[in-house]
Amino acid sequence: MQIQNLKEIASQVRRDIVRMVHACQSGHPGGSLGCADLVTALYFKEMMIDESRGKDGFLQFSRAGVGEDQFFLSNGHISPLFYSVLARRGYFAVSELATFRKINSRLQGHPATHEHLPGIRIASGSLGQGLSVAAGVAYAKKLKKDTTTVFVLMGDGEQQEGQIWEAAQFAPHYKLDNLVAIVDWNNQQIDGPTEKVMNNRDIKAKYEAFGWATIDLHDGNDLQQVTDALAKARLLEGKGKPIVILMKSEMGFGVDFMMHTHKWHGTAPNDEQLAKALEQLPETLGDY
Amino acid sequence: MKKYIYTEKKDTRSGFGAGMAELGKLNPNVVALCADLVASLKLDAFIKENPGRFVQCGIAEANMIGVAAGLAVSGYIPFATTFANFGSGRVYDQIRQSVAYSGTNVKIAVSHAGLTLGEDGATHQILEDLAMMRAMPEMTVINPCDYNQTKAATIALAEHVGPAYLRFGRPVVPVFTDAHQKFEIGKAWMVNEGKDVSIIATGHLVWEAILAGELLEKEGIDAEIINIHTIKPLDEEAILKSAAKTKCVVTAEEHQLNGGLGDAVCQLLSRNAPTPVEMIGVNNSFGESGTPAQLMEKYGLNAASIVEKVMKVMSRK
Repeated sequence: MQIQNLKEIASQVRRDIVRMVHACQSGHPGGSLGCADLVTALYFKEMMIDESRGKDGFLQFSRAGVGEDQFFLSNGHISPLFYSVLARRGYFAVSELATFRKINSRLQGHPATHEHLPGIRIASGSLGQGLSVAAGVAYAKKLKKDTTTVFVLMGDGEQQEGQIWEAAQFAPHYKLDNLVAIVDWNNQQIDGPTEKVMNNRDIKAKYEAFGWATIDLHDGNDLQQVTDALAKARLLEGKGKPIVILMKSEMGFGVDFMMHTHKWHGTAPNDEQLAKALEQLPETLGDY
Repeated sequence: MKKYIYTEKKDTRSGFGAGMAELGKLNPNVVALCADLVASLKLDAFIKENPGRFVQCGIAEANMIGVAAGLAVSGYIPFATTFANFGSGRVYDQIRQSVAYSGTNVKIAVSHAGLTLGEDGATHQILEDLAMMRAMPEMTVINPCDYNQTKAATIALAEHVGPAYLRFGRPVVPVFTDAHQKFEIGKAWMVNEGKDVSIIATGHLVWEAILAGELLEKEGIDAEIINIHTIKPLDEEAILKSAAKTKCVVTAEEHQLNGGLGDAVCQLLSRNAPTPVEMIGVNNSFGESGTPAQLMEKYGLNAASIVEKVMKVMSRK
């Protein structure tokens, strides 16, 4: 898929995100917008997934995902992004996005497996657990001699969790070179800039010290750079080390008043703000 | 009183190890994980025969639970093992999100539970784990009574689909159940039918209940003894039936009174058929160092205490 097509999809995904959060007046638009390019690139270009469709016309989803590349979202609060990409990719009806965070919905505030929403393999939201789960899946792929890849996205604030570093130690120990982690290094968390809340210092140096291959992604909101970084990761697979992409991104990217601040981490836009946001995001695939 | 004899004492954790060794042969999907306690968990035999299906996680229990969840997502049946203290409270959130709420088929198998851990003292003597695991939605909680039953429970759990917590201990305790028993999750085992009092016990307190039953028989008291190896789901029918017959109940467990088997039985009875209950367990205190036998006596987890509570509860009928 061409970069221009990916840009168009990412724009629609961003429209979905602000509309979803607006509709229920709750959720996390900032990080969702910031990671929209990466997750779009993963699902629409990079990952090999089962393309067969069921009678309902939607992509068939198997939780075990044998023979498929698999994506895990560790920072589950950016669920609007995850749900939008899954729906746009064809796992379930785009119209279902309107139920986000509402009663009796399959689109829980944070991703959950209980509602059997196709595309979700593990619950996330309590931070710090995704890398461990992804490492377990990568380990299982090795056991099964399944040569596909496991991708996992984490936040940078999430790197403050101790479990991350347990997993960061585990993956190189078992040479999980089929594991590609992405840290969304947007330098914002709920209480403010990450270095002020709890300085992560040099995340890249930490991962290298733990035995990971690292890739710098200087602008996670430039789809050319994003796809280049993912292509680089592919070249590092099978070389004995797990791979981490340090992705600098801009929280709230695509909506000017949501950028350069932590204030839109978990805040919903009002009617006027929604209109202003949508003005900045071209509609490409049709709103639900 | 039915006669129960034992010819040897063995630790329940060795029953787990034997069960795993068996599963190593029976089920290619079973994978064992451990947090630097292989010898304590008696995993040597499993690892020797199935080195590729063992994942050493080091002293990193939270990650171990997550890795187990990932293996389960991929279709394996992981048994994540460590001491009970580190396999419950330390990783409660990981179990809650990545295992129970995610519906992953992870078995958490933990050793060294309770006071009988002994000399290590209260830091390691978890007495709250059954309460935590009982409270967690969708978690099956199993606390077998001896070596044979622990082995049978381990094998049964590999066939059971869903998250489970299997708890066992370090010290040697009498082996009195059948070596070839069928283990039915959620089905209480009637140890002795009686009419005067129901003694509902779990874990190695079942043996103490048998000893208590023999002492009571000499006093002309006919005790019904029930082994609740599955704390959750609780065999409500068996308990209600017994309470309806005897009209009084004593519960016994190596756990806090808060939140364990006793609480489960009281909740059941008070909602269905209010019955006088006395409870054996640790009453709102931490443990301490000592030999297992000394601790059992000091904290009243033995046959003599059960007899005492039986007398008390019968007077409340």
